[in-house]
Amino acid sequence: MFDLKGYGPELLSGAVVTIELAFLSLALALALGLIGAAAKLSNSRVAVGIATTYTTLIRGVPDLVMMLLFYYGGQVGVNMISDYIWATYEVDFFFQFDPFIAGTVTIGLIFGAYMTETFRGAFLAVETGQVEAARAYGFSQWHTFRRVMIPQMMRHALPGIGNNWQVLLKTTALVSIIGLTDMVRVAEEAAKAERMPFHFFIPVAFVYLALTAGSELFIKWLDKRANAGVIQEN
Amino acid sequence: MADQAPLICKDIYKTFAELEVLKGISLETCKGDVISLIGSSGSGKSTFLRCINLLETPTSGDIIVHGDPIRFTSNRKGERIPADNKQVELIRAKLSMVFQSFNLWSHMTVLENITEAPINVLKVPKKEAIERAEAYLNKVGIYERKDYYPAQMSGGQQQRAAIARALAMEPEVMLFDEPTSALDPELVGEVLKVMQSLAEEGRTMIVVTHEMAFAKDVSSQVLFLHQGVIEEQGTPAKVFDNPDSERMRQFLAPKF
Repeated sequence: MFDLKGYGPELLSGAVVTIELAFLSLALALALGLIGAAAKLSNSRVAVGIATTYTTLIRGVPDLVMMLLFYYGGQVGVNMISDYIWATYEVDFFFQFDPFIAGTVTIGLIFGAYMTETFRGAFLAVETGQVEAARAYGFSQWHTFRRVMIPQMMRHALPGIGNNWQVLLKTTALVSIIGLTDMVRVAEEAAKAERMPFHFFIPVAFVYLALTAGSELFIKWLDKRANAGVIQEN
Repeated sequence: MADQAPLICKDIYKTFAELEVLKGISLETCKGDVISLIGSSGSGKSTFLRCINLLETPTSGDIIVHGDPIRFTSNRKGERIPADNKQVELIRAKLSMVFQSFNLWSHMTVLENITEAPINVLKVPKKEAIERAEAYLNKVGIYERKDYYPAQMSGGQQQRAAIARALAMEPEVMLFDEPTSALDPELVGEVLKVMQSLAEEGRTMIVVTHEMAFAKDVSSQVLFLHQGVIEEQGTPAKVFDNPDSERMRQFLAPKF
């Protein structure tokens, strides 16, 4: 058996951190993406403005810079707020800006911007006739959204969501620089201590590969389900 | 009030930006009427039909469905909008529409397409909705296709499924928006035959169509629209054989 020099349990818990981080950020990104797309497609100029600023800003700044900004800036922000609260109300309010929260929020925000574009395009791709038929048969707006818009939009959105998810999963490796002990961080420490980079980084690479390959299969399955009733043209 | 008119439209106007498409169209139906709306493209006939179930909001005029007038209000920009969305939903459920391009929900099977609105809008129990759907599928002759997706059927079959979807609402009035215009010539007949059988059963129908033979043989009343007004109106015999309007005579004249 492959000898991990006693780092096995740590690497495993690092992998769990990676997976938790990835899924939580994905949930945040999907929620932000739906809200962002709804805002961009709305009639409100304010909502369109906010959503456009958000996507432009996020897409224009490197992920690494964003991560550092949120982690260090986030702590400074919390400190400023707690100083203010202490000064005005004499209430002691403080919390450590934990790297896990910073990582989740940063990655969620970054991919929320990409998801916004994915969902926006997907909603626009739904034929107007489909929605018109729902209205003509007395569906409420919510019913139209849930039973017609979402299932039809998903056909167009799934390939984009799949891509974003794979990139997101790999982006989680960035959190090692803000001190979160994910799989990459553990491997880095082990590799330095034991002077065996291949020995530790290659297994990590394989874990990422297994995760992305597994999700690819899952997305294919979802895609097949979402495309029920579509004749594939080859 | 046993025999209330299923649908009354009074003086409907519709303006898009600067363009006035409808200039005062009125219509009154009796139960069992089949009213054909004919006219050239751009005459406003489809817009009028879409005003009836409020897919377009008329700029002015009243729509009364079975004695229930639709209430309007205006938004911040001063545009006219329906006052009560719930009322609009209820009224739409009584006026089922058949579209030119079928608009069956492509992610649902034929049976699901037909039971969706009865179950969720009319709150018919699922079992009853399925029985009803199967009966109407039989009627339009595509029962054996009930588990197909729309994309797996021909245009004629899709349109017949769409008619079954409309029938399953057991509507006051059925609205047909050029139901055969998107079909191959060979498939037009099967759809018209179904529509004719509905007319013979005494269903109230308003049909926007280019099929002059259908308008002439099946309808009880024909309206000829031209530039947003009713140019000629009456029984098929009157409109087709003895029109007052010069424009109507030109419309009917052989083109080549």
